[in-house]
Amino acid sequence: MADPILEVKNLHVHFETHDGTAEVINGIDFTIERGETAALVGETGCGKSVTVKSIMGLLPSATIPEGEIRYKGEDVLSLSDAERHSRRGKEMSMIMQDPMTSLNPVLTVGEQMMDVLKWQGRPRLSLSKLVRDALSTGSKAEYRRRAIEMLGEVEISAPERVFESYPVELSGGMRQRVLIAIALLSEPDLLIADEPGTALDVTTEAKVLDLLDELVEERDTSVLYITHDLGVAREVSDRINVMYAGEIVEQAPTADLFANPQHPYTRGLLESIPTLSTGIGDGIEGHLPDYTDPPAGCRFADRCPHAEPACYDAYPYPRQTGPDHATACHLFSGTPARERHESLAAERVDIGTAPWLAGGDVAGGGDAPGDVSADGGTDQ
Amino acid sequence: MSYVDYLVRRAIHSVPVIFGLSVLIFLISRVIPGDPVRLALGPEATDQQVAALRAEMGLDQPLPMQYVDWLVGVVQGDWGMSLRTNNNVFSDIVARLPATLELTVVTLFCAVLLAIPFGVVAGTNKDRWQDHLSRITALFGVSMPRFWVAIVLQIVFVVSLGLLPLSGRLSDGVAPPPAVTRLYLVDSLIAGQFGTFVDAATHLLLPTVALGLATLAQVMRLIRSDMIDEQRKDYVLAARAYGLPNTLIEYKYMLQNAFTSSLTVVGLAFGFLLGNAFLVEIVFAWPGMARYGVQAILYQDFNAIVGVTIVVGIGFVTANFVVDLLYGYLDPRVRLEEG
Repeated sequence: MADPILEVKNLHVHFETHDGTAEVINGIDFTIERGETAALVGETGCGKSVTVKSIMGLLPSATIPEGEIRYKGEDVLSLSDAERHSRRGKEMSMIMQDPMTSLNPVLTVGEQMMDVLKWQGRPRLSLSKLVRDALSTGSKAEYRRRAIEMLGEVEISAPERVFESYPVELSGGMRQRVLIAIALLSEPDLLIADEPGTALDVTTEAKVLDLLDELVEERDTSVLYITHDLGVAREVSDRINVMYAGEIVEQAPTADLFANPQHPYTRGLLESIPTLSTGIGDGIEGHLPDYTDPPAGCRFADRCPHAEPACYDAYPYPRQTGPDHATACHLFSGTPARERHESLAAERVDIGTAPWLAGGDVAGGGDAPGDVSADGGTDQ
Repeated sequence: MSYVDYLVRRAIHSVPVIFGLSVLIFLISRVIPGDPVRLALGPEATDQQVAALRAEMGLDQPLPMQYVDWLVGVVQGDWGMSLRTNNNVFSDIVARLPATLELTVVTLFCAVLLAIPFGVVAGTNKDRWQDHLSRITALFGVSMPRFWVAIVLQIVFVVSLGLLPLSGRLSDGVAPPPAVTRLYLVDSLIAGQFGTFVDAATHLLLPTVALGLATLAQVMRLIRSDMIDEQRKDYVLAARAYGLPNTLIEYKYMLQNAFTSSLTVVGLAFGFLLGNAFLVEIVFAWPGMARYGVQAILYQDFNAIVGVTIVVGIGFVTANFVVDLLYGYLDPRVRLEEG
């Protein structure tokens, strides 16, 4: 935990809706070390996007009643809008999820890239800069050179042609590469990747992910990788945070998580990964809870196969179940992972131990997701 | 498809429209109740006289033949005599069209130019005071009749405040600039007569406001709602995530997308301005074509009505053509995907 680039501490994000306050993010904690790739995994609607938008400062309609977001040790929530703006793009940038809609359809790729180079980090347009840019052909040529170079780096074979193209003239894979190129234009230290590639076919997605992996490796960029797919998270990340209904239910290094998945939700996700031998998994029955009226206890209890009545009342604070493994479930005992939960730990909620651990074999796992986790443990 | 190809294609598309328009105007001119021959000769004419004139005017020919004759005449500038002014309708209209064109073009230009920033500000400040102000202005602009607005403007700015001239295109004693385009604003600049330019502009101000308020309101509200739609698009979030300035995102990224859908309405608005200009032209004694058209209707001046209809029709077609051109220019998808 030497030098984290991003620390999120006890983050709460609320939205005012017609039905009352929606408590979408309910006290999450995670850190990303420099040069590390952390994944935030969860199903659609679990609050992944809200989390990253809070980090980027792109949620004007939300309130953050509690919590801290520290970027390079500095609490970004206490910064002014202009100060946050100047960090956006330059310090932390984002690869958008959908390549078909995330590029402006009426401007050429080149125009959009040059705008980023020209205007990034400036809270407002300045007339003097407009005039200076219009007069100096040198800086324009420099922007152009830089943009085309970046397009080459994302392995686009005809960067000049793509530079002149409108987004409609490019394929989905090409556009995703362009999005990666734009996000990396200014060499950000933290890159947020919001499910890049999910809109693409599987082979293109794999290529794009490999490319992204290489690019961030070269630059030593820290990455927060958002995905709903544990399989993808295993490919790309060093560390996984599993998110459910606005809470982080389990966090561990990637290898450890696959070797020893603990939270019932994580296990459910693992079972949902389609494999060649068993076909599409069963998925997890049920739906996300209503954020305007969330359960007081465990938000997953309704869908959890191991839930006991006590789960509905007692908040399952994250607890340390291993040296670097935290799980928010009453099936496990351990010291609270966060100091603020110490008072809760005084009253132990006893719903027994995890049935798959009954045999006592921790690492191997017992039933369904066992073979997946065993694989995950060895090839990392 | 290149932009030139797109232009040519659009130009070809307007040919059938113009053909259909001419057929329609011709048919209307033949269907309108009342016999133009009887009307011309008066009630005491004998049947022989009527038949002779009918033959002379070609009205005994089959309809398609009549259409061809009519069309040839229209193209050659033979639009018939006006019963009211006893001039050739064509020269009557040519004399009055520039005044109306100047009024409508300036009105449309100002309305759109103002509607854009107002619409953007209202759209990006949804449900805040800027938006409410624009909503009230728009409601006022759309619901107040143009002639009423014109009269109120005259009472306030001319009678009470004495700031602006009451009517006409120029003050008494100010000679029109040498005729080049017959648009006084343009001609006075060409001739370097700045005094005349200012005089023409002050005369134009109130009619422009009276005529353009509704168009301004309409286009502003459209841009507002299109801006609100654009705000939810991914590319806007992306641009913000890259750290681009908000002004750039609003006026370059979003506006260009939002404006393309408002453009169609701008094209139609020009046609409506041409058609509605008479309300304002009458109040401000503006010597334009629209006023001429209304007088033609009141006098049942048949040829003049057809003439004005032709000009307004061509105005509509031209405006829509221009809109298509702009549309293709602003939105590459239109020209790229049509090929």
